[in-house]
Amino acid sequence: MDTAAPAIEVRDLFKRFGPLEVLKGVSLTARQGDVIAIIGGSGSGKSTFLRCINMLELPSAGSVTVHGEEIALRDDGHHGLRPANRRQIERIRSQLAMVFQSFNLWQHMTVLQNVIEVPIHVLGMKRDEAVSIAEKILRRVGLHEKQDAYPAFMSGGQQQRAAIARALAVQPLAMLFDEPTSALDPELVGEVLSVIGDLARERRTMILVTHEMKFAREVASHVIFLDNGIIEEQGPPEQVFGDPKSERLKKFISSIH
Amino acid sequence: MSDTKVTMPAYVPPPPRRLLEPHRIFLLAVFAAIVFCVVWFMRWDWLPKYQWKLIEGIGETLFLLFSTAAVGFLLALPLGLVQVTGPWPLAWLARGFCTLIRGTPLLLQLWLLYYGLGSVFAQYPEIRQSELWPYLRQAWPYGFTALMLSFAAYEGEVMRGAFAGVPRGELEAARAFGMGRFTMFRRIWLPRAFYRALPTLSGETVLQLKSTPLVATITVVDVYAVISRVRQDTYLTYEPLLLLALIYMCLTGILVLLFRFLENRIPSRGA
Repeated sequence: MDTAAPAIEVRDLFKRFGPLEVLKGVSLTARQGDVIAIIGGSGSGKSTFLRCINMLELPSAGSVTVHGEEIALRDDGHHGLRPANRRQIERIRSQLAMVFQSFNLWQHMTVLQNVIEVPIHVLGMKRDEAVSIAEKILRRVGLHEKQDAYPAFMSGGQQQRAAIARALAVQPLAMLFDEPTSALDPELVGEVLSVIGDLARERRTMILVTHEMKFAREVASHVIFLDNGIIEEQGPPEQVFGDPKSERLKKFISSIH
Repeated sequence: MSDTKVTMPAYVPPPPRRLLEPHRIFLLAVFAAIVFCVVWFMRWDWLPKYQWKLIEGIGETLFLLFSTAAVGFLLALPLGLVQVTGPWPLAWLARGFCTLIRGTPLLLQLWLLYYGLGSVFAQYPEIRQSELWPYLRQAWPYGFTALMLSFAAYEGEVMRGAFAGVPRGELEAARAFGMGRFTMFRRIWLPRAFYRALPTLSGETVLQLKSTPLVATITVVDVYAVISRVRQDTYLTYEPLLLLALIYMCLTGILVLLFRFLENRIPSRGA
Protein backbone atom coordinates (compact mmCIF):
# COMPACT_ATOMS: atom_id res chain seq x y z
CA MET A 1 0.00 0.00 0.00
CA ASP A 2 1.39 3.32 -1.12
CA THR A 3 1.10 5.91 1.65
CA ALA A 4 1.42 8.76 -0.82
CA ALA A 5 -1.48 7.47 -2.86
CA PRO A 6 -4.70 9.47 -2.70
CA ALA A 7 -7.35 8.06 -0.36
CA ILE A 8 -9.87 7.96 -3.16
CA GLU A 9 -9.35 8.45 -6.84
CA VAL A 10 -12.24 8.27 -9.28
CA ARG A 11 -11.61 8.36 -13.03
CA ASP A 12 -14.08 9.07 -15.80
CA LEU A 13 -17.15 7.66 -14.14
CA PHE A 14 -20.19 7.08 -16.32
CA LYS A 15 -23.56 5.86 -15.11
CA ARG A 16 -26.55 5.07 -17.27
CA PHE A 17 -30.00 4.07 -16.07
CA GLY A 18 -31.44 2.65 -19.27
CA PRO A 19 -31.51 5.51 -21.77
CA LEU A 20 -30.87 8.08 -19.05
CA GLU A 21 -27.25 9.15 -18.67
CA VAL A 22 -26.80 10.36 -15.09
CA LEU A 23 -23.02 10.67 -14.91
CA LYS A 24 -21.01 11.61 -17.97
CA GLY A 25 -17.39 11.22 -17.07
CA VAL A 26 -16.79 12.46 -13.53
CA SER A 27 -13.34 12.35 -11.96
CA LEU A 28 -12.26 13.18 -8.45
CA THR A 29 -9.14 12.89 -6.34
CA ALA A 30 -9.37 12.97 -2.55
CA ARG A 31 -6.00 13.12 -0.82
CA GLN A 32 -5.77 12.27 2.83
CA GLY A 33 -7.25 15.05 4.91
CA ASP A 34 -9.28 16.46 2.04
CA VAL A 35 -12.84 17.48 2.75
CA ILE A 36 -14.60 17.50 -0.58
CA ALA A 37 -18.08 18.95 -0.80
CA ILE A 38 -20.23 18.02 -3.78
CA ILE A 39 -23.02 20.47 -4.51
CA GLY A 40 -25.56 20.68 -7.26
CA GLY A 41 -29.27 20.75 -7.96
CA SER A 42 -31.53 17.76 -7.57
CA GLY A 43 -31.03 15.29 -10.37
CA SER A 44 -27.49 16.49 -10.99
CA GLY A 45 -26.19 13.01 -10.18
CA LYS A 46 -24.32 13.88 -6.99
CA SER A 47 -25.82 11.13 -4.82
CA THR A 48 -25.41 8.59 -7.60
CA PHE A 49 -21.77 9.60 -7.90
CA LEU A 50 -21.18 9.15 -4.17
CA ARG A 51 -22.90 5.74 -4.25
CA CYS A 52 -20.69 4.66 -7.14
CA ILE A 53 -17.59 5.22 -5.01
CA ASN A 54 -18.42 2.27 -2.73
CA MET A 55 -20.24 0.44 -5.53
CA LEU A 56 -23.69 0.60 -3.96
CA GLU A 57 -24.47 1.77 -7.45
CA LEU A 58 -22.47 0.07 -10.17
CA PRO A 59 -20.94 2.46 -12.68
CA SER A 60 -21.38 1.86 -16.40
CA ALA A 61 -17.77 2.80 -17.07
CA GLY A 62 -14.81 4.26 -15.23
CA SER A 63 -12.63 3.27 -12.32
CA VAL A 64 -12.43 3.81 -8.58
CA THR A 65 -9.13 3.48 -6.74
CA VAL A 66 -9.03 3.41 -2.96
CA HIS A 67 -5.66 3.93 -1.30
CA GLY A 68 -3.87 2.83 -4.43
CA GLU A 69 -5.99 -0.27 -4.93
CA GLU A 70 -8.29 -0.24 -7.92
CA ILE A 71 -11.70 -1.87 -7.45
CA ALA A 72 -11.76 -4.72 -9.91
CA LEU A 73 -14.77 -4.61 -12.18
CA ARG A 74 -15.67 -6.91 -15.01
CA ASP A 75 -18.06 -6.52 -17.87
CA ASP A 76 -20.51 -9.41 -17.91
CA GLY A 77 -21.86 -8.51 -21.32
CA HIS A 78 -25.46 -7.50 -20.83
CA HIS A 79 -25.75 -5.97 -17.33
CA GLY A 80 -22.75 -3.66 -17.52
CA LEU A 81 -19.97 -3.69 -14.95
CA ARG A 82 -20.00 -6.00 -11.93
CA PRO A 83 -17.54 -6.31 -9.06
CA ALA A 84 -15.05 -8.96 -10.12
CA ASN A 85 -14.08 -9.90 -6.60
CA ARG A 86 -16.63 -9.94 -3.81
CA ARG A 87 -14.03 -10.11 -1.07
CA GLN A 88 -12.16 -7.13 -2.38
CA ILE A 89 -15.28 -5.01 -2.63
CA GLU A 90 -16.36 -5.98 0.88
CA ARG A 91 -12.92 -5.16 2.28
CA ILE A 92 -12.83 -1.78 0.57
CA ARG A 93 -16.37 -0.94 1.62
CA SER A 94 -15.47 -1.61 5.23
CA GLN A 95 -12.82 1.12 4.93
CA LEU A 96 -15.21 3.67 3.45
CA ALA A 97 -17.84 4.42 6.06
CA MET A 98 -21.08 5.83 4.74
CA VAL A 99 -23.62 8.09 6.42
CA PHE A 100 -27.04 8.12 4.76
CA GLN A 101 -29.72 10.72 4.34
CA SER A 102 -32.26 8.52 6.09
CA PHE A 103 -29.79 7.30 8.80
CA ASN A 104 -30.50 3.61 8.07
CA LEU A 105 -29.69 2.53 11.60
CA TRP A 106 -30.56 -1.08 12.31
CA GLN A 107 -33.82 -0.75 14.19
CA HIS A 108 -33.65 -4.04 16.06
CA MET A 109 -30.43 -3.04 17.81
CA THR A 110 -29.65 -0.43 20.46
CA VAL A 111 -27.35 2.45 19.59
CA LEU A 112 -24.37 0.69 21.14
CA GLN A 113 -25.17 -2.55 19.28
CA ASN A 114 -25.39 -0.57 16.03
CA VAL A 115 -21.96 0.93 16.64
CA ILE A 116 -20.18 -2.31 17.57
CA GLU A 117 -21.88 -4.44 14.90
CA VAL A 118 -19.46 -3.82 12.05
CA PRO A 119 -16.25 -3.84 14.14
CA ILE A 120 -17.20 -7.23 15.59
CA HIS A 121 -18.92 -8.99 12.69
CA VAL A 122 -17.03 -7.55 9.72
CA LEU A 123 -13.65 -6.47 11.06
CA GLY A 124 -13.38 -9.32 13.58
CA MET A 125 -12.67 -7.14 16.59
CA LYS A 126 -13.03 -8.50 20.14
CA ARG A 127 -16.25 -7.47 21.82
CA ASP A 128 -14.65 -5.71 24.81
CA GLU A 129 -12.41 -3.68 22.56
CA ALA A 130 -15.26 -2.73 20.25
CA VAL A 131 -17.41 -1.66 23.20
CA SER A 132 -14.71 0.52 24.72
CA ILE A 133 -14.04 2.21 21.36
CA ALA A 134 -17.77 2.65 20.78
CA GLU A 135 -18.27 4.25 24.18
CA LYS A 136 -15.54 6.78 23.45
CA ILE A 137 -17.09 7.61 20.09
CA LEU A 138 -20.59 7.91 21.52
CA ARG A 139 -19.29 10.29 24.16
CA ARG A 140 -17.77 12.36 21.36
CA VAL A 141 -21.01 12.68 19.42
CA GLY A 142 -22.90 13.38 22.63
CA LEU A 143 -24.90 10.15 22.77
CA HIS A 144 -23.25 8.47 25.72
CA GLU A 145 -26.47 8.48 27.70
CA LYS A 146 -28.47 7.12 24.79
CA GLN A 147 -26.33 4.08 24.13
CA ASP A 148 -28.97 1.61 25.28
CA ALA A 149 -31.84 3.34 23.48
CA TYR A 150 -33.42 1.95 20.33
CA PRO A 151 -33.28 4.20 17.24
CA ALA A 152 -37.07 4.42 16.92
CA PHE A 153 -37.19 6.27 20.23
CA MET A 154 -34.69 8.97 19.30
CA SER A 155 -34.93 12.25 17.39
CA GLY A 156 -33.65 12.49 13.83
CA GLY A 157 -30.63 14.45 14.97
CA GLN A 158 -29.75 11.83 17.56
CA GLN A 159 -30.22 9.04 15.02
CA GLN A 160 -27.95 10.74 12.53
CA ARG A 161 -25.29 11.30 15.20
CA ALA A 162 -25.59 7.60 16.08
CA ALA A 163 -25.12 6.79 12.39
CA ILE A 164 -21.99 8.96 12.35
CA ALA A 165 -20.76 7.10 15.43
CA ARG A 166 -21.37 3.81 13.60
CA ALA A 167 -19.29 5.12 10.71
CA LEU A 168 -16.46 6.33 12.97
CA ALA A 169 -16.30 2.98 14.75
CA VAL A 170 -14.80 1.24 11.72
CA GLN A 171 -11.89 3.72 11.83
CA PRO A 172 -12.45 4.47 8.16
CA LEU A 173 -9.93 5.59 5.60
CA ALA A 174 -12.51 8.02 4.28
CA MET A 175 -16.10 8.88 5.09
CA LEU A 176 -18.91 9.33 2.60
CA PHE A 177 -21.81 11.58 3.62
CA ASP A 178 -24.93 11.39 1.47
CA GLU A 179 -26.98 14.51 2.26
CA PRO A 180 -26.72 13.85 6.01
CA THR A 181 -29.02 16.69 7.07
CA SER A 182 -31.66 16.63 4.33
CA ALA A 183 -34.10 14.45 6.26
CA LEU A 184 -33.85 16.46 9.46
CA ASP A 185 -36.15 19.08 10.96
CA PRO A 186 -34.49 22.49 10.65
CA GLU A 187 -33.83 22.83 14.36
CA LEU A 188 -31.95 19.50 14.40
CA VAL A 189 -29.59 20.29 11.51
CA GLY A 190 -27.18 22.25 13.68
CA GLU A 191 -26.28 19.42 16.08
CA VAL A 192 -25.40 17.10 13.20
CA LEU A 193 -23.42 19.73 11.28
CA SER A 194 -21.40 20.56 14.37
CA VAL A 195 -20.35 16.90 14.69
CA ILE A 196 -19.42 16.71 11.00
CA GLY A 197 -17.63 20.07 11.27
CA ASP A 198 -15.51 18.73 14.13
CA LEU A 199 -14.52 15.73 12.03
CA ALA A 200 -13.64 17.99 9.11
CA ARG A 201 -11.45 20.19 11.29
CA GLU A 202 -9.65 17.04 12.45
CA ARG A 203 -8.78 16.66 8.79
CA ARG A 204 -10.46 13.34 8.32
CA THR A 205 -10.83 12.48 4.67
CA MET A 206 -14.43 12.90 3.67
CA ILE A 207 -16.65 13.36 0.68
CA LEU A 208 -19.82 15.18 1.48
CA VAL A 209 -22.88 15.57 -0.71
CA THR A 210 -24.81 18.45 0.78
CA HIS A 211 -27.36 21.21 0.33
CA GLU A 212 -25.92 23.22 3.21
CA MET A 213 -23.92 25.79 1.23
CA LYS A 214 -22.81 27.84 4.22
CA PHE A 215 -21.52 24.72 5.89
CA ALA A 216 -19.77 23.52 2.73
CA ARG A 217 -18.05 26.86 2.38
CA GLU A 218 -16.95 26.73 5.99
CA VAL A 219 -15.50 23.22 6.25
CA ALA A 220 -14.66 22.02 2.73
CA SER A 221 -11.16 22.16 1.35
CA HIS A 222 -12.47 21.62 -2.16
CA VAL A 223 -15.90 22.12 -3.69
CA ILE A 224 -17.27 20.35 -6.74
CA PHE A 225 -20.32 21.68 -8.55
CA LEU A 226 -22.01 18.86 -10.37
CA ASP A 227 -24.54 19.74 -13.02
CA ASN A 228 -26.30 17.45 -15.42
CA GLY A 229 -23.81 14.66 -14.87
CA ILE A 230 -20.58 16.59 -15.39
CA ILE A 231 -18.34 18.70 -13.18
CA GLU A 232 -19.33 22.17 -14.22
CA GLU A 233 -16.89 23.90 -11.91
CA GLN A 234 -14.61 23.07 -9.00
CA GLY A 235 -12.04 24.66 -6.76
CA PRO A 236 -11.45 25.96 -3.25
CA PRO A 237 -14.67 27.13 -1.55
CA GLU A 238 -13.80 30.82 -1.60
CA GLN A 239 -13.40 30.66 -5.36
CA VAL A 240 -16.47 28.51 -6.10
CA PHE A 241 -18.81 30.48 -3.87
CA GLY A 242 -17.14 33.90 -4.05
CA ASP A 243 -16.20 34.09 -7.69
CA PRO A 244 -18.18 31.55 -9.75
CA LYS A 245 -17.16 31.43 -13.40
CA SER A 246 -19.84 29.39 -15.13
CA GLU A 247 -23.33 30.68 -15.75
CA ARG A 248 -24.94 27.57 -14.30
CA LEU A 249 -23.07 27.84 -11.03
CA LYS A 250 -23.94 31.54 -10.77
CA LYS A 251 -27.58 30.67 -11.33
CA PHE A 252 -27.43 27.81 -8.82
CA ILE A 253 -25.84 29.95 -6.12
CA SER A 254 -28.30 32.79 -6.62
CA SER A 255 -31.22 30.36 -6.57
CA ILE A 256 -30.41 29.05 -3.11
CA HIS A 257 -29.92 32.41 -1.44
CA MET B 1 -70.13 38.31 19.70
CA SER B 2 -70.74 38.62 23.43
CA ASP B 3 -68.00 39.02 25.97
CA THR B 4 -68.92 35.98 27.97
CA LYS B 5 -65.86 33.96 28.64
CA VAL B 6 -65.94 30.28 27.93
CA THR B 7 -63.89 28.49 30.54
CA MET B 8 -62.97 24.89 30.18
CA PRO B 9 -63.53 22.77 33.29
CA ALA B 10 -60.28 21.74 34.91
CA TYR B 11 -58.99 18.35 33.87
CA VAL B 12 -59.66 15.73 36.49
CA PRO B 13 -57.70 12.53 35.91
CA PRO B 14 -59.83 9.43 36.22
CA PRO B 15 -59.25 7.46 39.42
CA PRO B 16 -56.94 4.50 38.96
CA ARG B 17 -58.74 1.22 38.30
CA ARG B 18 -58.90 -1.11 41.23
CA LEU B 19 -59.58 -4.81 41.29
CA LEU B 20 -62.60 -4.52 43.58
CA GLU B 21 -64.99 -2.20 41.84
CA PRO B 22 -68.73 -2.96 42.10
CA HIS B 23 -69.15 -4.41 38.63
CA ARG B 24 -66.04 -6.49 39.03
CA ILE B 25 -67.17 -7.85 42.37
CA PHE B 26 -70.42 -8.88 40.68
CA LEU B 27 -68.64 -10.61 37.81
CA LEU B 28 -66.29 -12.38 40.21
CA ALA B 29 -69.30 -13.62 42.18
CA VAL B 30 -70.96 -14.95 39.02
CA PHE B 31 -67.73 -16.69 38.04
CA ALA B 32 -67.34 -18.24 41.50
CA ALA B 33 -70.93 -19.48 41.35
CA ILE B 34 -70.33 -21.11 37.98
CA VAL B 35 -67.15 -22.79 39.19
CA PHE B 36 -68.97 -24.01 42.30
CA CYS B 37 -71.85 -25.45 40.26
CA VAL B 38 -69.47 -27.13 37.86
CA VAL B 39 -67.48 -28.72 40.64
CA TRP B 40 -70.40 -29.59 42.92
CA PHE B 41 -73.17 -30.73 40.59
CA MET B 42 -71.15 -32.35 37.81
CA ARG B 43 -69.41 -35.70 37.90
CA TRP B 44 -65.62 -35.63 38.23
CA ASP B 45 -65.06 -39.02 39.82
CA TRP B 46 -63.48 -40.34 36.59
CA LEU B 47 -60.60 -37.86 36.82
CA PRO B 48 -58.16 -39.84 39.02
CA LYS B 49 -58.50 -42.88 36.78
CA TYR B 50 -57.56 -40.95 33.63
CA GLN B 51 -55.16 -38.38 35.02
CA TRP B 52 -51.98 -40.05 33.76
CA LYS B 53 -53.52 -40.64 30.34
CA LEU B 54 -54.49 -36.97 30.26
CA ILE B 55 -50.99 -35.85 31.16
CA GLU B 56 -49.54 -38.11 28.48
CA GLY B 57 -52.07 -36.68 26.03
CA ILE B 58 -51.09 -33.12 26.88
CA GLY B 59 -47.46 -34.14 26.39
CA GLU B 60 -48.26 -35.56 22.95
CA THR B 61 -50.16 -32.39 22.01
CA LEU B 62 -47.29 -30.17 23.13
CA PHE B 63 -44.73 -32.37 21.40
CA LEU B 64 -46.69 -32.14 18.14
CA LEU B 65 -47.13 -28.38 18.54
CA PHE B 66 -43.52 -27.51 19.29
CA SER B 67 -41.88 -29.95 16.93
CA THR B 68 -44.09 -29.02 13.97
CA ALA B 69 -43.83 -25.29 14.71
CA ALA B 70 -40.04 -25.43 15.04
CA VAL B 71 -39.36 -27.55 11.96
CA GLY B 72 -42.12 -25.82 10.03
CA PHE B 73 -40.65 -22.41 10.81
CA LEU B 74 -37.19 -23.53 9.66
CA LEU B 75 -38.78 -24.60 6.39
CA ALA B 76 -40.75 -21.34 6.20
CA LEU B 77 -37.53 -19.27 6.15
CA PRO B 78 -36.33 -20.48 2.73
CA LEU B 79 -39.95 -20.54 1.48
CA GLY B 80 -40.32 -16.86 2.33
CA LEU B 81 -36.84 -15.86 1.28
CA VAL B 82 -36.83 -17.33 -2.22
CA GLN B 83 -40.14 -15.63 -2.92
CA VAL B 84 -38.47 -12.29 -2.17
CA THR B 85 -35.02 -12.68 -3.71
CA GLY B 86 -34.77 -16.15 -5.23
CA PRO B 87 -34.43 -17.05 -8.90
CA TRP B 88 -37.86 -17.37 -10.49
CA PRO B 89 -38.07 -21.20 -10.69
CA LEU B 90 -37.51 -21.46 -6.94
CA ALA B 91 -39.83 -18.54 -6.24
CA TRP B 92 -42.55 -20.19 -8.31
CA LEU B 93 -42.02 -23.52 -6.62
CA ALA B 94 -42.32 -21.94 -3.18
CA ARG B 95 -45.37 -19.96 -4.20
CA GLY B 96 -46.97 -23.09 -5.64
CA PHE B 97 -46.31 -25.06 -2.47
CA CYS B 98 -47.78 -22.37 -0.25
CA THR B 99 -50.84 -22.01 -2.46
CA LEU B 100 -51.42 -25.76 -2.59
CA ILE B 101 -51.16 -26.28 1.16
CA ARG B 102 -53.09 -23.17 2.10
CA GLY B 103 -55.76 -23.94 -0.45
CA THR B 104 -56.72 -27.38 0.84
CA PRO B 105 -58.06 -28.47 4.24
CA LEU B 106 -55.50 -29.74 6.70
CA LEU B 107 -57.73 -32.74 7.43
CA LEU B 108 -57.57 -33.71 3.77
CA GLN B 109 -53.77 -33.43 3.71
CA LEU B 110 -53.54 -35.50 6.85
CA TRP B 111 -55.71 -38.29 5.43
CA LEU B 112 -53.96 -38.23 2.07
CA LEU B 113 -50.65 -38.73 3.86
CA TYR B 114 -51.83 -41.36 6.33
CA TYR B 115 -54.37 -43.39 4.37
CA GLY B 116 -52.88 -42.61 0.96
CA LEU B 117 -49.11 -42.51 1.29
CA GLY B 118 -49.13 -44.79 4.33
CA SER B 119 -50.87 -47.60 2.44
CA VAL B 120 -48.66 -47.11 -0.63
CA PHE B 121 -45.58 -47.52 1.55
CA ALA B 122 -46.99 -50.75 2.94
CA GLN B 123 -47.14 -52.29 -0.54
CA TYR B 124 -43.40 -52.18 -1.11
CA PRO B 125 -41.38 -54.91 0.61
CA GLU B 126 -38.25 -52.74 0.27
CA ILE B 127 -39.86 -50.13 2.51
CA ARG B 128 -41.31 -52.72 4.87
CA GLN B 129 -37.87 -54.20 5.40
CA SER B 130 -36.08 -50.87 5.73
CA GLU B 131 -34.84 -49.30 8.94
CA LEU B 132 -37.52 -46.65 8.69
CA TRP B 133 -40.45 -49.05 8.75
CA PRO B 134 -40.86 -49.13 12.55
CA TYR B 135 -41.57 -45.41 12.29
CA LEU B 136 -43.50 -45.44 9.03
CA ARG B 137 -45.99 -47.97 10.39
CA GLN B 138 -46.92 -45.65 13.23
CA ALA B 139 -49.36 -42.79 12.89
CA TRP B 140 -47.47 -39.87 14.41
CA PRO B 141 -44.91 -39.39 11.60
CA TYR B 142 -47.82 -38.69 9.24
CA GLY B 143 -49.45 -36.34 11.73
CA PHE B 144 -46.16 -34.58 12.26
CA THR B 145 -45.53 -34.23 8.53
CA ALA B 146 -48.98 -32.86 7.75
CA LEU B 147 -48.96 -30.34 10.61
CA MET B 148 -45.39 -29.32 9.86
CA LEU B 149 -46.00 -28.74 6.14
CA SER B 150 -49.11 -26.76 6.93
CA PHE B 151 -47.26 -24.52 9.39
CA ALA B 152 -44.41 -24.08 6.92
CA ALA B 153 -46.78 -22.95 4.17
CA TYR B 154 -48.64 -20.41 6.30
CA GLU B 155 -45.47 -19.08 7.90
CA GLY B 156 -43.73 -19.03 4.51
CA GLU B 157 -46.27 -16.41 3.47
CA VAL B 158 -45.79 -14.52 6.73
CA MET B 159 -42.00 -14.55 6.35
CA ARG B 160 -42.24 -13.48 2.71
CA GLY B 161 -44.04 -10.34 3.86
CA ALA B 162 -41.64 -9.85 6.77
CA PHE B 163 -38.51 -10.20 4.60
CA ALA B 164 -39.94 -7.86 1.99
CA GLY B 165 -40.92 -5.36 4.65
CA VAL B 166 -37.44 -4.79 6.09
CA PRO B 167 -36.47 -1.29 4.89
CA ARG B 168 -34.08 -1.41 1.92
CA GLY B 169 -31.95 1.28 3.53
CA GLU B 170 -31.00 -0.91 6.47
CA LEU B 171 -29.83 -3.68 4.15
CA GLU B 172 -27.99 -1.12 2.06
CA ALA B 173 -26.24 0.17 5.16
CA ALA B 174 -25.08 -3.39 5.87
CA ARG B 175 -23.72 -3.67 2.34
CA ALA B 176 -22.09 -0.26 2.54
CA PHE B 177 -20.14 -1.37 5.62
CA GLY B 178 -18.77 -4.40 3.84
CA MET B 179 -21.00 -7.11 5.27
CA GLY B 180 -21.07 -10.29 3.24
CA ARG B 181 -24.39 -11.71 2.11
CA PHE B 182 -24.55 -14.39 4.77
CA THR B 183 -23.56 -12.10 7.64
CA MET B 184 -26.11 -9.57 6.48
CA PHE B 185 -28.81 -12.23 6.43
CA ARG B 186 -27.87 -13.61 9.82
CA ARG B 187 -27.30 -10.32 11.64
CA ILE B 188 -29.68 -7.86 10.00
CA TRP B 189 -32.26 -9.26 7.59
CA LEU B 190 -33.41 -12.36 9.49
CA PRO B 191 -33.66 -10.89 13.01
CA ARG B 192 -35.30 -7.74 11.68
CA ALA B 193 -37.87 -9.78 9.74
CA PHE B 194 -38.39 -12.14 12.67
CA TYR B 195 -39.22 -9.38 15.13
CA ARG B 196 -41.56 -7.80 12.61
CA ALA B 197 -43.35 -11.12 12.16
CA LEU B 198 -43.54 -12.05 15.85
CA PRO B 199 -47.08 -10.79 16.58
CA THR B 200 -48.35 -12.74 13.56
CA LEU B 201 -46.31 -15.82 14.46
CA SER B 202 -47.81 -15.71 17.93
CA GLY B 203 -51.34 -15.91 16.55
CA GLU B 204 -50.39 -18.60 14.05
CA THR B 205 -48.83 -20.77 16.75
CA VAL B 206 -52.05 -20.57 18.76
CA LEU B 207 -53.95 -21.65 15.66
CA GLN B 208 -51.47 -24.48 15.20
CA LEU B 209 -52.18 -25.66 18.75
CA LYS B 210 -55.83 -25.89 17.85
CA SER B 211 -55.11 -27.79 14.65
CA THR B 212 -53.38 -30.57 16.57
CA PRO B 213 -56.61 -32.43 17.57
CA LEU B 214 -57.00 -33.43 13.91
CA VAL B 215 -54.32 -36.07 14.44
CA ALA B 216 -56.75 -37.90 16.69
CA THR B 217 -58.52 -38.94 13.47
CA ILE B 218 -55.49 -40.99 12.47
CA THR B 219 -55.13 -42.74 15.83
CA VAL B 220 -52.53 -40.48 17.43
CA VAL B 221 -53.41 -40.23 21.11
CA ASP B 222 -53.23 -36.54 21.96
CA VAL B 223 -55.20 -34.84 24.71
CA TYR B 224 -58.29 -34.64 22.50
CA ALA B 225 -58.15 -38.38 21.84
CA VAL B 226 -57.90 -39.07 25.59
CA ILE B 227 -60.99 -36.96 26.24
CA SER B 228 -62.86 -38.80 23.47
CA ARG B 229 -61.93 -42.03 25.15
CA VAL B 230 -63.25 -40.72 28.47
CA ARG B 231 -66.55 -39.83 26.79
CA GLN B 232 -66.88 -43.29 25.30
CA ASP B 233 -66.08 -45.03 28.58
CA THR B 234 -68.20 -42.91 30.91
CA TYR B 235 -71.06 -41.74 28.68
CA LEU B 236 -70.43 -38.25 30.02
CA THR B 237 -70.57 -35.33 27.57
CA TYR B 238 -70.07 -31.99 29.21
CA GLU B 239 -67.57 -32.71 31.93
CA PRO B 240 -64.76 -34.05 29.69
CA LEU B 241 -65.38 -31.37 27.06
CA LEU B 242 -65.29 -28.58 29.65
CA LEU B 243 -62.03 -29.93 30.96
CA LEU B 244 -60.68 -30.10 27.41
CA ALA B 245 -61.64 -26.47 26.81
CA LEU B 246 -59.91 -25.49 30.03
CA ILE B 247 -56.74 -27.34 29.03
CA TYR B 248 -56.57 -25.67 25.60
CA MET B 249 -57.20 -22.28 27.16
CA CYS B 250 -54.38 -22.72 29.64
CA LEU B 251 -52.00 -23.86 26.90
CA THR B 252 -53.00 -20.89 24.76
CA GLY B 253 -52.46 -18.52 27.66
CA ILE B 254 -48.97 -19.89 28.25
CA LEU B 255 -48.12 -19.58 24.53
CA VAL B 256 -49.32 -15.99 24.39
CA LEU B 257 -47.26 -15.10 27.46
CA LEU B 258 -44.17 -16.72 25.96
CA PHE B 259 -44.53 -14.74 22.75
CA ARG B 260 -45.24 -11.52 24.64
CA PHE B 261 -41.99 -12.03 26.52
CA LEU B 262 -40.15 -12.39 23.19
CA GLU B 263 -41.87 -9.36 21.70
CA ASN B 264 -41.01 -7.18 24.67
CA ARG B 265 -37.32 -7.93 24.34
CA ILE B 266 -37.21 -5.32 21.61
CA PRO B 267 -39.44 -2.33 22.18
CA SER B 268 -41.03 -1.11 19.00
CA ARG B 269 -42.84 2.02 18.04
CA GLY B 270 -45.51 1.70 15.40
CA ALA B 271 -44.00 -0.53 12.72
